[in-house]
Amino acid sequence: MADALLPPEFSALEPFVEDWCLDSEPERYAKRLSSSMDEIQEFYDATMPRAEEAIQYLDKLPLDDLPEDAFRLLKLLYSLILMSFPVEIWKQPYIPDTGTAEFALKIEPVP
Amino acid sequence: MTKNPKNLKIPKQAARQYPKPPEGSWTEHCPELDTDPISYENSISPEFFELEREAVFKRAWLNVGRVEQLRRKGSFFTKEIPGLKTSLIIVRGKDDKIRAFHNVCRHRGNKLVWNDHPAEEVSGTCRQFACKYHGWTYDLEGKLNFILQEGEFFGIDKADYPLVSVHCDVWKGFIFVNFAEQPEKSLDEFLGPMITAIDYPFEKLTQRYYYRGDIRSNWKIFHDAFQEFYHPPILHGHQNPVMRQADYKDQGFYTSHFQVDGPHRVGSTSGGAGGKLIPEFYNPIEQVMRSGLFGPWDPSEIVGDELPAGLNPGNKDNWGLDSFQIFPNFAIVFWETGWYLTYHYWPVAHDRLLFEANAYFTPPRNVRERLAQQLGIATIKEYALEDCGTLEATQMGLESRVVTSFPLGDQEFMCRHLNKMINNWVDDYKRSRAEG
Repeated sequence: MADALLPPEFSALEPFVEDWCLDSEPERYAKRLSSSMDEIQEFYDATMPRAEEAIQYLDKLPLDDLPEDAFRLLKLLYSLILMSFPVEIWKQPYIPDTGTAEFALKIEPVP
Repeated sequence: MTKNPKNLKIPKQAARQYPKPPEGSWTEHCPELDTDPISYENSISPEFFELEREAVFKRAWLNVGRVEQLRRKGSFFTKEIPGLKTSLIIVRGKDDKIRAFHNVCRHRGNKLVWNDHPAEEVSGTCRQFACKYHGWTYDLEGKLNFILQEGEFFGIDKADYPLVSVHCDVWKGFIFVNFAEQPEKSLDEFLGPMITAIDYPFEKLTQRYYYRGDIRSNWKIFHDAFQEFYHPPILHGHQNPVMRQADYKDQGFYTSHFQVDGPHRVGSTSGGAGGKLIPEFYNPIEQVMRSGLFGPWDPSEIVGDELPAGLNPGNKDNWGLDSFQIFPNFAIVFWETGWYLTYHYWPVAHDRLLFEANAYFTPPRNVRERLAQQLGIATIKEYALEDCGTLEATQMGLESRVVTSFPLGDQEFMCRHLNKMINNWVDDYKRSRAEG
């Protein structure tokens, strides 16, 4: 399992790594706007039930020295956070009534 | 000055819970304000914008960043001030003093420090600043050090060509500049006792998230949405089950305390009661991450038995947040779980602003704390973008000039105060110019 993308306990989420492990908020937000609600819902339905378990797993590791597979899992949780709004609130990818306004995260901590 | 004959009619419970000052309202409590409808001509007029640049933005102290952005000797960042069509270099010198200079080479006027895109801000660490054009070089104190082929220049003395400096001072790690030739007040005098009373451990909150937005409304119109708590249950009401409560939808939201000191103001509220209500009041993601609009539910390590000095100036029970508005365009919002937000509203034109929001937390000790911060800042965007769209619509409505007089309620006290302060500063500037 040397090239496993995620910690073994979370291998069921590996199909989501390619599309949903993103490095920054602008990338995640662009992914949200370019996805259909079906795609977002599928990602949410797969990750949300595992979120608490993932947090408990990651909490045992040092935040400033996460292994790569754990960091990918954390990035999936960052995407889950941003995709929760379309699913739980808006029922559509974009925020209603926001017109052409732009508002993007320019500096964010890593990890 | 006739007293407003229409006394406020506050429901009894709210009147008990959120008592008004003896004058009957926060607005009447403030001697500089009346209760008349106001004009927003100052937010739609290009001519007023020209005056405002001179009268306000070239006279007031303006916050441009924090000392954590300049960790070492030689650390610098550039700061664009679009409304003044200028760019600054803010730098920590060899003597550890922080200085500000206009970002312009004295030779042929080229912008001195930039990379790739002239309009974008940059940061880094260096020993000197060299112009990309002809290589003139300045030290960290702004002194011109080197002219290529100096002998070709007619009677030149390098001492006559330092970078153009801008007044710069620091309060609690916040770096301020002042574009006046000679500021009318020192930074501490300008900030006044209400602001300088704040003794908060800013230096411990180094985990920073920085948002920036380009928005088509006047900076004051946008600012106003962030200094009243009257709109959230309506504009943002769908987002959050807390705000869907009948209390807020039907009865509105009450600010528990307002206070002004000079041109600055603060509003305090009971905050958002993050995590204190039954689970049904929270979205599923909030329950998992223990966080939401009001930031992480669990207090950070800076939260002790006593609030830092200067916070909760009204000494109210159930304190949740203070929203300090530092004139003209800077706000600091302190939250009960031990983090803070800053907002900057930079005018670009009479109908356009650059909006910056910074969230500062203590460095997370584990993934759970990190994720709680991440949800807090993600939620800020969901709310802020609703404001952005709506305020572009407000600007359009105002610019039609169909309506020219607007009633503000007592909950919109801080909007009325900003409007008045801006008009006062512009009137004062016009007067001093007329007296010449």
